[in-house]
This record gives sequence, structure tokens and C-alpha cells, in this order.
Amino acid sequence: MDPIVQVQGLRKTYGETVAVDDVSFEIEEGEIFGMVGPNGAGKTTTTECIEGLRTPDQGRLRVLGFDPVTQERLLRPLIGTQLQSTNLPNGLIVWEALDLYASFYPDPIDWSELIDQLGLTEKRNTPFRKLSGGQKQRLFIALALVNDPRLVFFDELTTGLDPQARHVIWDLVRGVRQRGKTVFLTTHYMEEAERLCDRVAIMDRGKIVALDTPGNLIRSIVSESRIVFTVDDLQNRQGTLTGILENLPAVKRVEKGADQFTIYGREAGKYGPSHLLIQVVEALASQEVAFRDLSSDQPNLEDVFLALTGQAIRD
Amino acid sequence: MHALTKLTWTELKLYFREPIGAFFTLVFPLMMLFLFGSMYGNEPSEYFNGYGSVDVSVPGYTAMIIATSALMSLTIVISAYRENGILRRLRATPLRPQAILFAQVIVIFTMTLAGMVLLIIAGKLVYNLRFNGNPWSVALAFTFASLSFFSLGFVLAGLLPSARSAQLVGMVLLYPMIFLSGATIPLEVLPEGVRSVARFLPLTYVVNLLRGLWIGEAWSQLWTEVIVLAGLLVAGVVISVLTFRWE
Repeated sequence: MDPIVQVQGLRKTYGETVAVDDVSFEIEEGEIFGMVGPNGAGKTTTTECIEGLRTPDQGRLRVLGFDPVTQERLLRPLIGTQLQSTNLPNGLIVWEALDLYASFYPDPIDWSELIDQLGLTEKRNTPFRKLSGGQKQRLFIALALVNDPRLVFFDELTTGLDPQARHVIWDLVRGVRQRGKTVFLTTHYMEEAERLCDRVAIMDRGKIVALDTPGNLIRSIVSESRIVFTVDDLQNRQGTLTGILENLPAVKRVEKGADQFTIYGREAGKYGPSHLLIQVVEALASQEVAFRDLSSDQPNLEDVFLALTGQAIRD
Repeated sequence: MHALTKLTWTELKLYFREPIGAFFTLVFPLMMLFLFGSMYGNEPSEYFNGYGSVDVSVPGYTAMIIATSALMSLTIVISAYRENGILRRLRATPLRPQAILFAQVIVIFTMTLAGMVLLIIAGKLVYNLRFNGNPWSVALAFTFASLSFFSLGFVLAGLLPSARSAQLVGMVLLYPMIFLSGATIPLEVLPEGVRSVARFLPLTYVVNLLRGLWIGEAWSQLWTEVIVLAGLLVAGVVISVLTFRWE
């Protein structure tokens, strides 16, 4: 089957600024495809070019078999959209919004079911101005689904939401995919991309710097997992213990502070981070060493971004 | 229901949920009518060529409603919709972009018309309002003047960067114009200096056109007014098409 979205050599400039610079990728039907990167990386511009809301300077776009530039009107009813920093009129009531947006499409679904599915039943008669941030985003998800689209765009869906509301939204996005829809989402939360997306494109300064599954991206970078713990009562076993730990297959090296050990694992590709943790804890247990304050860092998409761009993602 | 019908109906409901616009369009002109009606009555007067104070006030207040609708209601709603991303979201639907603006114009025009109708009904019932013109001519002039001023509202929404500044500039243009154009205070009672300022205010031409047709003057006697308002309409449409922004 053809990819549902094909982007080849997309370029868009605003005056002197190159917002999107030679971006190419494809999205397969049924996946959650994520585009991550800091604010200003070009995610929204890319999204809006694909949606047909902006005209690219260069590049070939194909969305559900249509050219979003010349065939916007044919494409529009087939896609669902949630845009960054949009609103509804303050006085517009939840059910009215769905009723209104349903009327814009030739073949809408029953919006009263959407109200229930998105947990807005109690807010059905509430005006937009009185909704919380999370409720507003759930309403925007509902509006994006009102035409039963094959492809749904979520642009910075959880920005500004508290962690609890974010988790609710994540479950809803997974639910959207379970209904057989393809999801394209952008976010600057690496954790969101890692948890939600089948494939992730990492974007920085208008370019895609990496594109793969979150797991592959993490394994691809040389990043060490690390375990830190403290042993209070070492007595004279310090040398023995260091030797034992250094000989574990998953361990690369051991650093020893006053009473604190830091264990660095080998490349994530060979031994997963959990191997390191299991081996270290087993060794400590078999030596009957009492330890406390054990913590482990595993590389995540944040580290991938850092490794690829040389900078931490800015919130 | 057809999308445009539904959008217009929804916008009409929203109009009444932000009651400030409805107050200045529907209630405030009636308050003026009753206030000055109770002071001066509607007896024929030499001042107004044999018409009463209420007779000349109703077309004047109608001009005031047109200006308020254009420079307050329309400007604020368009610039606020843009600033808050409401237009942007609507544009991501299959709805034609013009339909979004058209629905606003229909709603504001309908409310402006309602404001005039209320004035006429109240004037007839309470002050025995006199009318010597052709109702169709007045209706045509009302529509024409409304569209001219609405285009000015779109120009303000297009040129000014934020909803706040659009609101502010709208007010600054609106209030002096209401008082100096003859819309609220007949020019006949104003000093000569003020009357010469009135010639430079577009609302003066709306007042003169409506009042002239009201008392039965022919269109041919009012060609200056028609030309000025037609010029305003053309310039307003051209400038607003050139300056309009969705976001």
C-alpha cells in the first residue's frame, strides 16, 4: 500500500528565515508518526504545508493521494486537524461547537458519541471559556474527529497541560489510532514522542536529523546507562567489590567515591539497560552488600536529541 | 443544516451572549429616543423645516447604529477572532473562507436593521413619527450605508495589529463622529465651526442621506452623499482585501 503521506524535498522560507529546509519523509497508514524538536524547529510549518494551510516554496507533497496545494478542497474533508494556539469563541457551548463543525462536512459522524468518548459528557452545555486547558484540547480532538477522517493531525496537543491531563490525552490519541486512523503529531516533549509514537522524526533548525522508532533511535546513539548507589559499611571489601562489579558483562567501568559507586553500562545496543541493573543488583545481593539510594539513568529520546544536535531541548 | 446557515445562526446566538454589542445596537438608541423625546417632544418646529425633534432623530440614530455596528461590533469580532486563532481553526475546515466573513456581515447587518426597526416602532407608537419618503428608498440607502461602513470596519480590523488596538481606534473614530456628524445632535443646533468639521466625517453623509430620503427628498438631491459613500465602499473593500489577514 502506498504511504498515506509522502513529503519530498519540502522547503519553506519566511523572508530570510528558512523554516523548513529540504525535508523528506513518509507516513504509513495506521501508525502514530511523531515529529519532535524544540520550538521553532519547523514542525508546525511542515504540518501546515501537509494540511494544505500553507504553500511550500519547493517540494512534492502527496496526502491521501492528493496534492494539498492544488487539491486542498478535495483533501480537506478527509483529514482531521487540531492546530496549535487556536480557540473557539468564548461563548460557544461544547455541543454547539461539535454541531457547527459537523455541519461543515459532507458526511459527519454522530457527534454526541464523540462527546462521551472524549469524556466531555458533563461539559456538554459548558461554554468554551469555562473549560480547563485539558478539556479544551479534548474538545479540539473531538472537532478533529467529527468528519471521521483517515488522517488526523495533532500539533502540540499537550503543551501547557499538567502531567495528569497529558496522560489522559495520550490515552485518547492511542484510542484514535485503535479506530484505524493514522496520526501525525508534533511535540516538543520527548517523553510524549517516546511513549506514543511508532516512529519519530527528530527535527532541528528546519531539518530532520533522525527518523526511526523511538527504540532504534535510543539504541543508535552511544549513550551509557548509569547506576548510582551508596554503601555505608564497606569495611575492607572495597577492592573485592569493585573487581566483581567491573567483571560483570554489562558493566563498562566503575567509579568509586567516598561511599558512592557509579557503574557505567556498556553500549545500550548490546546489553539493554535492564541487564545492567539486574547484574549489578544480583552481584550486590550475592555478596550480601547492604546498599541504599540506588538510582538508574537510562538513555531516552532526550539524550538522542542531545547527541544529535549537541544541545538540550528547550522547553 | 447548510453550513452557512448554521454558522450564521451560531454567530447570532454568540452576538447576544456578549451583550455589549446588543446594548449599543438595540437598547441605547431607544434610551436616546425616549430621553430626548421626553425633553423636546415631537412638535413641528421651524428649526427642522416643520418636522419634530423625533422625526429628525430617528434617521440620525439609525446612522449612529450603523457606525456602532461597523466600528465597534464588526471590528472587534473580526480582530478578536483573528487574534485568538478562531479564524485559523475555521479555515482548516472545508468551509469557504469568504463564508466565515459573510456570516459575520449577515449577523451584524441583521442586528443593525433590528435596531432601526425598533426605533421606528417606538417612534410611531410613542411620538407619532412622521415619514414622507419611500420606504424602499430608505431601505436601499440603509443597506448601502451599512455596507460602506462595514467595509471601514474590515479596514480597521485589517490594518490594526491587535484586537485591543482595533477596539481603541474604533472608539476614537466612533464617538466624536456620533456627536459631530448630526447623528445624535442635529447639526442645525451646532455652532458654525463644528458644522464645518462635519463635512469631513463620513457619518455625516449617512445622516444626510437617510434624513433626506426620510423627508421625501429625491436621490438626485443627494448625489454628493451617494458618491461619498460609494467611494468609501470601494476604497474600503479594496483596502480590506489587500490588508486582510487570517492570523
